[in-house]
Formats: sequence, C-alpha cells, structure tokens
Amino acid sequence: MSEVKFSKEHEWITLEGDVATIGITKHATEMLGDIVFAELPEKGSNVEKDGTAGVVESTKAASDVYTPVSGEVVDTNQAIVDDPSKINEDPEGSAWFFKLKMKDQSEMDNLMNKEEYDKFAKESAS
Amino acid sequence: MEIKKTSLNKLHQINNAKFVEFAGYEMPIQYSKGIIEEHKFTRSHSGIFDVSHMGQLFIYGNESLAEELEKIFPLDLKNLKQNSSKYSFLMNENAGIYDDLIITKIEEGFLIILNAACKDKDFEILSNLLSSKFKMNLDNNRSLIAIQGPKSVEILNSIINGIDQLNFMTGNWFDSDNQKLFITRSGYTGEDGFEISISNDKAEKFVENLMEKGAQLIGLGARDTLRLEAGLCLYGHELDINKTPVEANLRWAISKSRLSNGGFIGSKKIIDQMRDGSNQIRVGIKPEGRLIAREKTKIFDDKDKQIGEITSGTFGPSVKGPIAMGYVDKEFSKVDTKIFLEVRGKRHPANICTLPFYKKNYVKGLN
Repeated sequence: MSEVKFSKEHEWITLEGDVATIGITKHATEMLGDIVFAELPEKGSNVEKDGTAGVVESTKAASDVYTPVSGEVVDTNQAIVDDPSKINEDPEGSAWFFKLKMKDQSEMDNLMNKEEYDKFAKESAS
Repeated sequence: MEIKKTSLNKLHQINNAKFVEFAGYEMPIQYSKGIIEEHKFTRSHSGIFDVSHMGQLFIYGNESLAEELEKIFPLDLKNLKQNSSKYSFLMNENAGIYDDLIITKIEEGFLIILNAACKDKDFEILSNLLSSKFKMNLDNNRSLIAIQGPKSVEILNSIINGIDQLNFMTGNWFDSDNQKLFITRSGYTGEDGFEISISNDKAEKFVENLMEKGAQLIGLGARDTLRLEAGLCLYGHELDINKTPVEANLRWAISKSRLSNGGFIGSKKIIDQMRDGSNQIRVGIKPEGRLIAREKTKIFDDKDKQIGEITSGTFGPSVKGPIAMGYVDKEFSKVDTKIFLEVRGKRHPANICTLPFYKKNYVKGLN
C-alpha cells in the first residue's frame, strides 16, 4: 500500500493498485466533535477531484466530505453509516468512507504527506 | 466590543473547554469528553452549567410592584407565593416575544432571570414601563450556576444542607461560606436540579467544591441537546419577536385568571388566539432514520406545499436518534402526521410527535 497522503479539506487517502481508500483525518474529527450522521456517495457513481462526496454531521453542525481525487466509487463503508460514532473512534483506520477506482494517479502528486499535513492542521487550527 | 468573560472562565480553561462566543460572552461549548458524554453524564449523574451570562434582574417593591408587573406579564403575580417561580414572557402589543424568563417572588420584590442576548434590552423595556419608584438592579456582581441531573440534590445538599426540601419551581436564600445564595429548584434540561445565584468572587470555589463531590462541568453544546430532548424552547430559535406564546404552544404558562380581563401587554392577541387558535403552532418532529434536520429546514406536506420550518434540530443522545422542533400549519400539527423535510435538496419523511422526546424527572410535591 502507498504512503498515506492528506488533503487541505482534511481527508486522508491511500492507494492500492488503482483503488484509493479515502476517509477523514483524526484532526477533522476533533474539530467536528461527536459524529452522529454520515452519508456516503453511491456505489457506481463517479466523483470529481475536490467535489462533494458525502456529508458528516456532529451534534453541532453538518460538514461536506470532499474527495481529493477523481474516480468511480467501487465500495462504501456501511458500518460508519449504521454507527457514525465509529468515525470518532478510529478515523484513520477502520472508519474509512469510500473506495475509488482512480482515473489519473497523478492527482495524488499534489497532496500532502503526514509531516506536511500535521503542520498544516496545526496552523489552520490556530 | 470586547468579549465578556464569566467568573468561571479560568476554571473552564483549566478543564480544557472549547470556547465559542455566545451573546457577547466567551462560553464553553464543550470540554474534553465531548457533547454526547456530557449529555449522558447529566442524565445519569450531575452536570454543572455556567449560566452566568444570563441576566439576574432584581426589582424591589411591595404589593404595588406586583400590580405594576401584572400590566406586563400574563401572570397572577399578586397571588404568587413568596419563593415561588413562574415561567413567563416579556411581550410587545402583538404578543410577540421579546424574551422568555423565570420570575420568582422574593421577600424584597421579584427576581427575574433573563436570556443573555436579551437582558440589556429587557432592562430598558422594563425601566420604561415601570415607575421609577421601583429600584431595579441587573446584577453583574452575581454568577449563576445550574446543577442538573439525578445526583444533584445529594451533591448540593452535602454542601448546603436543606436544599433537598425545596419543591420544583420554588427557591430560597441559603447561607454558605459567609454569604447568601439564592437557590431555586429549576433548570432547563428535563432533569431535577437547581440554579444557584452566588457572588462572583465565591463562584469558582463553589463550583470546585461541587466537582470534588462528583459533579462535572458541562458545556452549552450538551445544554442544547438536553433542552431539546426535554422539548424546551430556546430564545432566538423557537421564540422571537414574530412568535406568540400561543403559537409556541406555551398556553400553560398564561395564568387562567388573567384571561378574562386581560390588562397586560399583548393580552388582546393572547385572548383571541387562546379562543380561536393560531395559524401555525410549535410541534415536536422525529425524522425517520438517522437524518438530522437543522434550523431553517423547510417542511413540506406529501405534495409540494411548504407547511412550516424547523427551529432546532439535532441528534438526541438519550433518545438515540434525530429530534427536532419547528412550526407547522395548524392542520398538520396532529401527532403522527407524516411530513417531509428538505435537506440538501432531497425530501425526507418525518412524523409529528409528542413533546418532550425525553421524559422529565422533576421532583414535585415533596412536602
């Protein structure tokens, strides 16, 4: 599996073959608070880089989930729809959101690595 | 304008509060455990809420004051027993609500607890309505602390003996640490609890004492989910200047004895609406599934007619599902009526339901 990459919208992404797995970062869940609702894209649909691909709601507010790369949705994580609190528990592991079959892997190039993202998250939080 | 801080601000910081600005004050929205844990802790144990941003208005006077206040509030104040509290409203001539409040008869006159965002305007309105012979003090030297939840009586009584003898919606002065506290058995969470008026310089130590006995600080986030589960209105959401108490389904708060002769501001509209009903009315709403419908969500019938709007909506941690309140046209207000909520461009089914979403545990008729 590839190195984990991160977007400015606080999504993480890993690549295995041409299939990307995408979720939201621990930092994002800490900003959101307790997540109580998750909506995911439909399997078989196509999503565009930086477009909306889902929604999460905390007790406080609703937030869009964006996709950092384009592709066809090949799988979604029903477990987080049934129990959204899993997203707070393990955001960068078992609580992934969706998997995409990527069209253009060069879209990964401009994303941040862990060190860059941690710095970005720290700065955007202050 | 510089943001205001309550006397507990330092204590909130020490306890890792996340702050928000609320009505000009820096207030804790949550602490490290988060809204859901704080909510559940209040329901099962005892939560402490800093509500010092709310206004504590003391108005001093005797029977003639009660008579003057009856020209303003739809209450039977002349017969209100000393140390008894009533929920009421400050209204305009059209019965539009400037603020909702709790008024308590005290020996020296009346104590009125006002919403933070409304208190200065309320003071101005009341100053203009009341004769200057009645001294008014919107007391900034006192903090207001709520302790709510089933263990609260035991915890508070271990510090101030005798508070367990208070009935719901009554209060009294108590001595503690060489000063007088005014304590009422009341709150806004649907739980048994108390509100304590205490001088600013004693507030921090008092709260630390409650925490040592096992109560925990709870933020405004959980305060909102708790009050919504209890079906209670929040000013600026369910209530505003364009809504009347009858439309807000708060008929119970209007004293029956005041309906025959009126004589309070807004009485004509109130009496008309009590008799004829209103076009819209506040209801409880349960979305089907897990969908959360927030404030301003449009409500539709099964065709394409908009029949109302959501005023508050969230996830109820104790009812374990989404809950909302809003206003709908009268003919759609019956329990179990199917309605549709437009969220992110799609219509989702929901049902009108009874309030509260969560059953109250108030202590009544103790003595």
